[in-house]
Amino acid sequence: MQEYHLQKSVVAKILAEHEGMPGNLLPILHGIQDSLGYIPQEAVADIAEALNQSIAEIHGVISFYHYFRQTPPGKNTIRICRAESCQAMNSQALQEHAKKQLDIDWHQTSSDGEFSLEPVYCLGNCACSPAITINNEVYGRVTPERFDELIASQRGAAE
Amino acid sequence: MTRIFISRDSTALSLGANQVAEALQQAADSKGLDVELVRNGSRGLFWLEPMIEVETAQGRVAYGPVQSQDVVELVEAGMLEGKEHALFLGDIEALPYFKDQSRLTFARVGITDPVSLDDYLAHEGYRGLKNALNMSAQDIVQQVTDSGLRGRGGAAFPTGIKWNTVLNAPAEQKYIVCNADEGDSGTFSDRMVMEGDPFVLIEGMTIAGLAVGATQGYIYLRVEYPHANVALNEAIANAYANGYLGDDILGSGKAFHLEVRLGAGAYICGEETSLLESLEGKRGLVRFKPPLPAIIGLFGKPTVVNNVVSLASVPIILDKGGDYYRDYGIGRSRGTLPLQLAGNIKYPGLFEAAFGLTLREILYDYGGGSASGRPIRAVQVGGPLGAYVPESQFDTPLDYEAFSAISAVVGHGGIVVHDDTVDMAAMARYAMEFCVEESCGKCTPCRIGSIRGVEVIDRIVKGIQKEQNTVLLEDLCDTMVNGSLCAMGGMTPYPVLSALKHFPEDFGLDKAVDAA
Repeated sequence: MQEYHLQKSVVAKILAEHEGMPGNLLPILHGIQDSLGYIPQEAVADIAEALNQSIAEIHGVISFYHYFRQTPPGKNTIRICRAESCQAMNSQALQEHAKKQLDIDWHQTSSDGEFSLEPVYCLGNCACSPAITINNEVYGRVTPERFDELIASQRGAAE
Repeated sequence: MTRIFISRDSTALSLGANQVAEALQQAADSKGLDVELVRNGSRGLFWLEPMIEVETAQGRVAYGPVQSQDVVELVEAGMLEGKEHALFLGDIEALPYFKDQSRLTFARVGITDPVSLDDYLAHEGYRGLKNALNMSAQDIVQQVTDSGLRGRGGAAFPTGIKWNTVLNAPAEQKYIVCNADEGDSGTFSDRMVMEGDPFVLIEGMTIAGLAVGATQGYIYLRVEYPHANVALNEAIANAYANGYLGDDILGSGKAFHLEVRLGAGAYICGEETSLLESLEGKRGLVRFKPPLPAIIGLFGKPTVVNNVVSLASVPIILDKGGDYYRDYGIGRSRGTLPLQLAGNIKYPGLFEAAFGLTLREILYDYGGGSASGRPIRAVQVGGPLGAYVPESQFDTPLDYEAFSAISAVVGHGGIVVHDDTVDMAAMARYAMEFCVEESCGKCTPCRIGSIRGVEVIDRIVKGIQKEQNTVLLEDLCDTMVNGSLCAMGGMTPYPVLSALKHFPEDFGLDKAVDAA
């Protein structure tokens, strides 16, 4: 994990960019997560101070939203849709397969640090279920075999 | 030069549209062919994506589904001249799935370059706004009222009445908020509008601003839609650069500003008051109504909150008149609804049609039956809070009131198909589990009732005091319906009770036990 003093300036810059913007907390949190991959615990106090809110209030917002994370993610984040349309096309089997292949459960990161696994409820790709995303790329009609191919090519791309 | 269209829609991308586009560009470069590659939206015939459309002397002809390895062969076969090939589809608009539609809101989606203002203007874009600029606010609202448009996000509240309330609410600042948190499984019409024709949404919001006296708009977009975010921001920048947004819209002296704000993966933020809380930078907790957002909304000011398709339906109403729109549809369900067919279906996609088609027509005439080839057993209409409809009710016409009469909802027009391998007790359990995951936590029946719901369903399925537990589940559902502030707790019982009523055998219950 990076030391916060290296990240602090990034957070300060994002806070300055959003100063005075109405309803700026979510844009700030997105900015931090986009830059650092997560929202460090130490950043919460800085955000609270900048917005003149309590640490508890900021923490309450971060923890409310599924998308925000407070620990660093793996190099790649895989999101698998668990919603009804994907279920109708065997997403359940895909979910089990993915957990087994990566040897992790939801919200965990594989031991090699390559992949984090997150559930998601609808990617709007319901016409080609089951759907997953790897980072920001959407993939449709994903079979267990196709999943393995995607994982393998992602590992290849990372090296 | 030949214009070639390959979609930038998420679903097309998920099937390899970018790779097809790259392969085509390479083939063109290596052969020195003069082509202009346009990344359009999708026509909505997703079993044919990735699709290539070529502008030829005989009109646009399509090929699909195309994989990148097919491209060189297609070019060799004379694709640029529209010649025959195994993947040749001809004129997409002549296919039955397409030609039987009434494309009003989706008129340009899949046809134009989504972020090209010139293309938008060349296809009747901004005619509604130009009319609106010459009308009084009251007259704009009247056109929308006359059209019979009801909110396409699910609640089906008359749009004109909502706008009129905001128009008549005195305030120095008012807002237009577009609810683009389309989180229902099986729905993707908002996404397709935003990716395929973002200007129609921008125009609709601008007209809404003129109608009620709001100068600032926000599009609250779900973070799960990164491609929509890109397309919207490109289009907004173009609109600003050309005077269609800003302090002086087309020299009228009237102002409207627009910004995209991203959500963060909370289903409940699709509920309008939670959405407003989220936009204000808070947890997305549901607000008690009244006061309505139309009176006290975003930052305490009068606010129009409408869904994407509702707002995107406004430009054509202002272009062709409220009567033109109202002449489509049946009963009190006027105009058209973009239907979305998903799940286990042979021909998944989007088609826009006037209200009144029956589910059976949609599932078999358009959808071609299940993808697996097995019988269709249950369809969930209107998202995860919508009821499961059994085969015996497939002749119900798509109409808000007809669905209400069978304790179902049209919602956002999403239809998710399940074949006969589905375990309906598992689907009912999932509905409760989803509520556990996504409840904002404000109301006890939703926050805790959903957890107890999962437990009670588990007991029924295990055969533990199943009759008593069935009564308990029905009682719990009744408490959730009547004791929750919003649709999350108030409608989670719809899928649960409909599964229990129509498919009791999946719960290990006799038909005779059915008391729902």
